[in-house]
Amino acid sequence: MTDTYERAQLRPAPESFLDPKLSNEIAADGVDERRRGLLRGALATAVAGMSGASVAADDPDIVNVPAWSRSLGKSVATNPYGLPSKYEANIIRRQSPGLTQTDQASVAFTPLQSMFGMITPSGLHFERHHQGWVDIDPRRHRFMINGMVKTPLVFTMEDLMRLPSVSRIHFIECGANTALEWGNSAVPTVQYTHGMLSGSEFTGVPLSLLLERAGYDRKNATVILAEGADGSSMTRTINIENALDDVLVAYGQNGEMLRPENGYPLRLVVPGVQGVSWVKWLRRIEVGDAPYAAKDETSHYVDLMPDGMQRQYTAIQEAKSVITSPSGGQKMLSRGYCCITGLAWSGRGSVKKVEVSTDGGRNWREARLEGPVLPKALTRFNIDWGWDGREALLQSRVTDSTGYTQPSRPALTAVRGTRSIYHNNAIQTWRLNPSGEVENVQLG
Amino acid sequence: MFSWVKPLSGVLLVSVSVSTAASDLAEGIADIGRPATAAEIAAWDIDVRPDFKGLPAGSGTAEEGEELWLEKCAFCHGDFGDSNEVFSPLVLGSVTEDDMESGRVAALTDPAVVRTTLMKVSTLSTIWDYINRAMPWNAPKSLETDEVYALVAYLLSLGYVIEPNFELSNETIEDVQAIMPNRNGMTTDHGLWSVDGTPDVVGSDCVSNCAVDTTVTSSIPAYAMNAHGNLADQVRDYGPFPGIVTDPDAEGSTDAEGSTDRVAAPASPTDLLASNGCSACHQQQGRLIGPSFAEIRARYAGQDQARYLQQKIRQGGSGVWGSMAMPAMAQVDDAALEIIVSWLSE
Repeated sequence: MTDTYERAQLRPAPESFLDPKLSNEIAADGVDERRRGLLRGALATAVAGMSGASVAADDPDIVNVPAWSRSLGKSVATNPYGLPSKYEANIIRRQSPGLTQTDQASVAFTPLQSMFGMITPSGLHFERHHQGWVDIDPRRHRFMINGMVKTPLVFTMEDLMRLPSVSRIHFIECGANTALEWGNSAVPTVQYTHGMLSGSEFTGVPLSLLLERAGYDRKNATVILAEGADGSSMTRTINIENALDDVLVAYGQNGEMLRPENGYPLRLVVPGVQGVSWVKWLRRIEVGDAPYAAKDETSHYVDLMPDGMQRQYTAIQEAKSVITSPSGGQKMLSRGYCCITGLAWSGRGSVKKVEVSTDGGRNWREARLEGPVLPKALTRFNIDWGWDGREALLQSRVTDSTGYTQPSRPALTAVRGTRSIYHNNAIQTWRLNPSGEVENVQLG
Repeated sequence: MFSWVKPLSGVLLVSVSVSTAASDLAEGIADIGRPATAAEIAAWDIDVRPDFKGLPAGSGTAEEGEELWLEKCAFCHGDFGDSNEVFSPLVLGSVTEDDMESGRVAALTDPAVVRTTLMKVSTLSTIWDYINRAMPWNAPKSLETDEVYALVAYLLSLGYVIEPNFELSNETIEDVQAIMPNRNGMTTDHGLWSVDGTPDVVGSDCVSNCAVDTTVTSSIPAYAMNAHGNLADQVRDYGPFPGIVTDPDAEGSTDAEGSTDRVAAPASPTDLLASNGCSACHQQQGRLIGPSFAEIRARYAGQDQARYLQQKIRQGGSGVWGSMAMPAMAQVDDAALEIIVSWLSE
């Protein structure tokens, strides 16, 4: 679309000095020890070639010692709460224009294309609110457990933070993540296709402990209802097995308190289950013996099947993965070595394997899982690749600890149609064009 | 007398293995949290289940609800609940007599038909509960119980489920549930309710020469590439994967220093003194490492020394105030320099 690519080629990265044979080998089989050696050799040659090429190649950012090397830096606590560099100003949560008509019942997507590792900085954690967000005074926040319990209880934040806590790393994904992509390619970047996804370390009290404390009805309880303290007082029904297993009543996120947009001072953490059940600004848990058919279990968050039947109480986020770089809207600056990176996760367990295809799913190679690989947590994967400059169709697919493998889009839509909105975990395809531009596409 | 102390401390040592020792621990924490009072539970426990457990007694008709609707609901949902302006329509679309009979809205299979609330919702309790807890949009929980009944009745009458004079009440609501258009339109026959549910679709494990159709069937048309704004401004503008410039007018906008959206509002002089490191050595009153700003101001009062001061800040120097040298403050940008010096010259 522009000449960025050509301009970039004026100063090629040293990696571009690979001979085509090595490049093709890496493309086909990845980097092994021998090829790694050849890569290093090629790199050294390239660098030597550059430095010897001409005096004009002197880098002004080296030979003219920059201002920051010749001046006094800023004081400690200039920003008492630290902020990202001003050069990172592009990396923010963004809305998808036209997705919703009101900003209070809307979504701001996490910029997955620019993130590393498995943790989402709290300030970039995606936002999905149903009636706006509130900033609750923690001294006035109360948490109640009632329903089928021996003693209905009230807790203050002080009470909850006094109780034994656990910290767990988990992903949270909105049930409607990738909803725009059921029928066709609709949005340009991974921020919009997959950005209702974040990973954090959450700290809080196991709900099981609080249910024990209240004396829940072990014999008859089958569900809990979680309810928020905001205007919408959103409610969701949660399976009692989940509630007793790994659900947390959480106040901490990534070492600090939850952000208001993420439910400060208290939210439910329901690992593996869609984000809508992680009720924010949590004020109440009710123990019950029948599901509650809340608005977001009957009018929304029901999965419409081709026969007109709606699947109700679809909770689990099945295994899913996506390549985050190179991804839609990005541009490859040079041929040769490229580390394809992405995220994989499963609501049923841990990531066992991620495979990557560069030819639209004909051939697959196993990617490296960058540890730690934790249950119901984002798992970073990387794979070495040599781009030969030709069109490529990039895909990733995950297999989880239950043996389940992420389906292709045609396989998924053959059963569920294209109008179910929720739980689209199909394999994503990015087309890398010879120009270096990457775009969101769907295959037959 | 604190018989739980021992098991509790034991549990804590193994970092709270809740599943095995929850009961002991629950006993140990028995004084944390207090019983809820009846009034507290009544104030918060407002949920209404599909079997209408939790539904408070009351009543209302559509005729009563109409005025309230026009006052509090129509702004978003339209006079007839069919607006698509702010939210999806509540009561437009196709519900036939056959649907009412079978309890399945057939039009849900038609991609051309907009799905409305009354077409989708199987349980009337859901509508009552949601209006009661979350409506109106900007004043949730402000409706009286009878007002909720009247508004639900009005909504149902707009969808021809009940007559306008039908009195919806805790006594009659089950009769209306029995005729809800999509009452049989939900299924829990799927694998997504529990962790060990059976998946309905599983991907292929083929790894080489797999028979797949790699024809590109969908991509984003060129004219829509900028619909989300200039993609080049939504990724790092350095590194191996910069963004595609999709906005032709934004050419060059990815220059980190030049982009206008990065330029903050003019900062106050004191902020600039802090952010540029000046206050590391200078304070408002009294010597720190260098002279105070008050001393500097006093020395140059009434003189046109702006240029001199700018130079001094930029290049540093020594001897004017003592032997301690002031380093060159090359990082102070022009705008900040001007603000600081003009403040010093006040």
